[in-house]
Amino acid sequence: MDVVFLSRLQFAAATYFHFLFVPLTLGLSILIALMETKYVRTGDETYRNMAKFWGKIFLVNFAVGVVTGITLEFQFGTNWAQYSKYVGDVFGSLLAIEASVAFFLESTFIAVWALGWKKLSPKAHAVSIWLVALASNISAFWILTANAWMQHPVGYAIRGGRAELENFWALITQSFALHEIFHTLAGAYILSGFFVMAISAYHLLKKQHIDFFKRSFALGVSMALIFSVLEVIQGHMNGAEVAKYQPVKLAAMESFWETKDYAPQYLFLIPDEKNERNLVEIGAMPGMLSMLAYHSPKATVKGLKDFPQNERPPVAITFWAFRIMIGLGFLFPVLALIGWIKRKAIENHPRLLKLFLFALPLPYISIQAGWTLTEVGRQPWIVYGILKTSEAASVLDKTQVLLSFAGLVALYTIIGLIAVWLIVKFVKEGPAVAD
Amino acid sequence: MLLSIWFVLWGLLWAVYFMLDGFDLGLGTLSPFIAKTPKERDIIYKTIGPFWDGNEVWLIAAGGVTFAAFPTAYAVLFSSFYTPLMIILFALIIRGISVEFRGKASDPAWQKLWDAGVFLGSIIPAILFGVAFANIFKGVPIDGDGIFRGSLVDLLNPYGLLGGILFLFLFMLHGALWFAVRTEGELRQRGFQYARTLWFPTVLVAVGFLIATWFNTSLYANYLDKPLLYAVPSVLIPLAVLGGIAGVFYFTRKEHPWYAWASSALTIVGVTFFGIVGLYPNLLPSSLDAAYSLTIYNAASSPLTLKIMLTVVVIFIPLVIAYQLWVYKLFSHPVTEEEAGY
Repeated sequence: MDVVFLSRLQFAAATYFHFLFVPLTLGLSILIALMETKYVRTGDETYRNMAKFWGKIFLVNFAVGVVTGITLEFQFGTNWAQYSKYVGDVFGSLLAIEASVAFFLESTFIAVWALGWKKLSPKAHAVSIWLVALASNISAFWILTANAWMQHPVGYAIRGGRAELENFWALITQSFALHEIFHTLAGAYILSGFFVMAISAYHLLKKQHIDFFKRSFALGVSMALIFSVLEVIQGHMNGAEVAKYQPVKLAAMESFWETKDYAPQYLFLIPDEKNERNLVEIGAMPGMLSMLAYHSPKATVKGLKDFPQNERPPVAITFWAFRIMIGLGFLFPVLALIGWIKRKAIENHPRLLKLFLFALPLPYISIQAGWTLTEVGRQPWIVYGILKTSEAASVLDKTQVLLSFAGLVALYTIIGLIAVWLIVKFVKEGPAVAD
Repeated sequence: MLLSIWFVLWGLLWAVYFMLDGFDLGLGTLSPFIAKTPKERDIIYKTIGPFWDGNEVWLIAAGGVTFAAFPTAYAVLFSSFYTPLMIILFALIIRGISVEFRGKASDPAWQKLWDAGVFLGSIIPAILFGVAFANIFKGVPIDGDGIFRGSLVDLLNPYGLLGGILFLFLFMLHGALWFAVRTEGELRQRGFQYARTLWFPTVLVAVGFLIATWFNTSLYANYLDKPLLYAVPSVLIPLAVLGGIAGVFYFTRKEHPWYAWASSALTIVGVTFFGIVGLYPNLLPSSLDAAYSLTIYNAASSPLTLKIMLTVVVIFIPLVIAYQLWVYKLFSHPVTEEEAGY
């Protein structure tokens, strides 16, 4: 293990962990804002109690998301100094804008919301959670724009041995970024919807707080349904973007070796990376891959063998991550639709409730798989086509990185376990009956 | 000109971070001593609860602006200070989680765990930020490729450690005064008592640091070599530091918590700018060869990036200051014992 590999492991551990907690805050903040708005409009105390109950869980998630975000920003400097020098002119500004435009806003108003129940009018209090929801989502916009630039760099010129900004507008309006932002946010909303459905199912199965959790369930399932349907449609377009800008990633995610017209899509594949072929190929649908990637069954899809070996990503990881993400992605609208149809008498369907309870890990798995596909599929590049990951790390003593990696994993594991324990505790306690 | 504006903004963001998170870190360091009962410990958390997160974002902003405006300095500085920076980050993670999680269960063992977390998560960054900045003032062994050629032990030199002690004392003083601001009666008296006790050692360490700076750095050169060019900071900085430290002395005796705290804030900003102005135009001097030093000229982003970022900062930072001031006002009242939990 060298410094590059250890730094990759450390960054991967830090981002995976960070993104176990962030997606829920992106969607749940909106749901809480909706609940509180309903309270302000109708004066119905149940909505206020809903905002409070879900807010407790939200705050635990938010705290973990915030504290684990800092290490990400600083790791570009500590572990990826060559990268930072090379692309800081373009990439650094996006992170700095995120902090000044969004992160200040969410971090300031989260405290106002958490501690201001008695200090603010109900309206002003509802505004504060809307500001948190807005700021979190704007924050996602800037961070994902930065990531999209690593996937598909635009608006820059190589000058004086580094990438310099040429066209800021191109950076923030490129289609790759807009697709990535939509795809990630919709994923976060699906997760938030399923989270609320699962926790509601837990209480409905126990036949407690029926009205409270039926209303919560209805909100959650609506969010899950809308965005899981949109995600499937947009996901298809996202695939076309990848085909256009990262053809080698497309070939890896389909484990597609030989360049072909009328490229087929297989129902089932097992890649055999070593021998540059597939062990098993079942259920060929001729022309389907060409169709999905380039909107024409005739289109030529370039196979992995036509890319130099040192420019291919790890095929098996990319391929399986894609399969997991997309398999679950197709399952979510089905589950959400069933839940939505039955939402008015959902308490009478214990089997369905159990299904929703046990479905809780699925959106988490799907999101992590999606990021694995995105990031591993970009290898060996750190910035696609212009800078290799192997050239991007800092010159560091290996022991330092080994120690920080071990420390980070230990610290995050402890924090993660405690956070989960707290969330379970709050879930089991249920809503405050009288407040 | 654009580069110099960014240099000042860079310094300003760090100064504001130290001024704001300084009191959280200082009070966190004092927390095992200044609070005598579990109830008093609860109060400490309520005094910083609404602010620590918003304060910490100034660190993110300072880091982000270093990245955006001076990417080479960001890369070299952060990779040179790898281990201390990682320790700072881990400590800040523990601090944040401790403040947020402590009130979420009422078991005494649970609360003790997080009390320890707040103490360690506060004292460690307070010292290490001082060590880091003293080393920046002094210069670090970076070569022509911006690669750190020293070891961790090099950073823990006497001057660096003195910087750590200086920051610790400045922050503890600042934290004690914040405690006085947000409590009343006996607790406020105790805050003032701590501030009065800390005042003299803080001044002593500061004077010692200024003398050591003469022998260990070239910070004074700017002020002495070009007195006319540096006339404004040469007047303003001593005025801020001396006025601040005198203000702390005076207002702790007059028992005026806000003025005393503001004086302490002024001291911290003054001390930070004393170093920043002395550094100019260096961002990170090299102790191996002055030619290897990172300056605003060889470490900056392109003019286009600097202009775009300046526009963003000029619009949004005043906005941030406005809403953060509003939040400070909203939660400025003294915390009472019966106040609802966090």
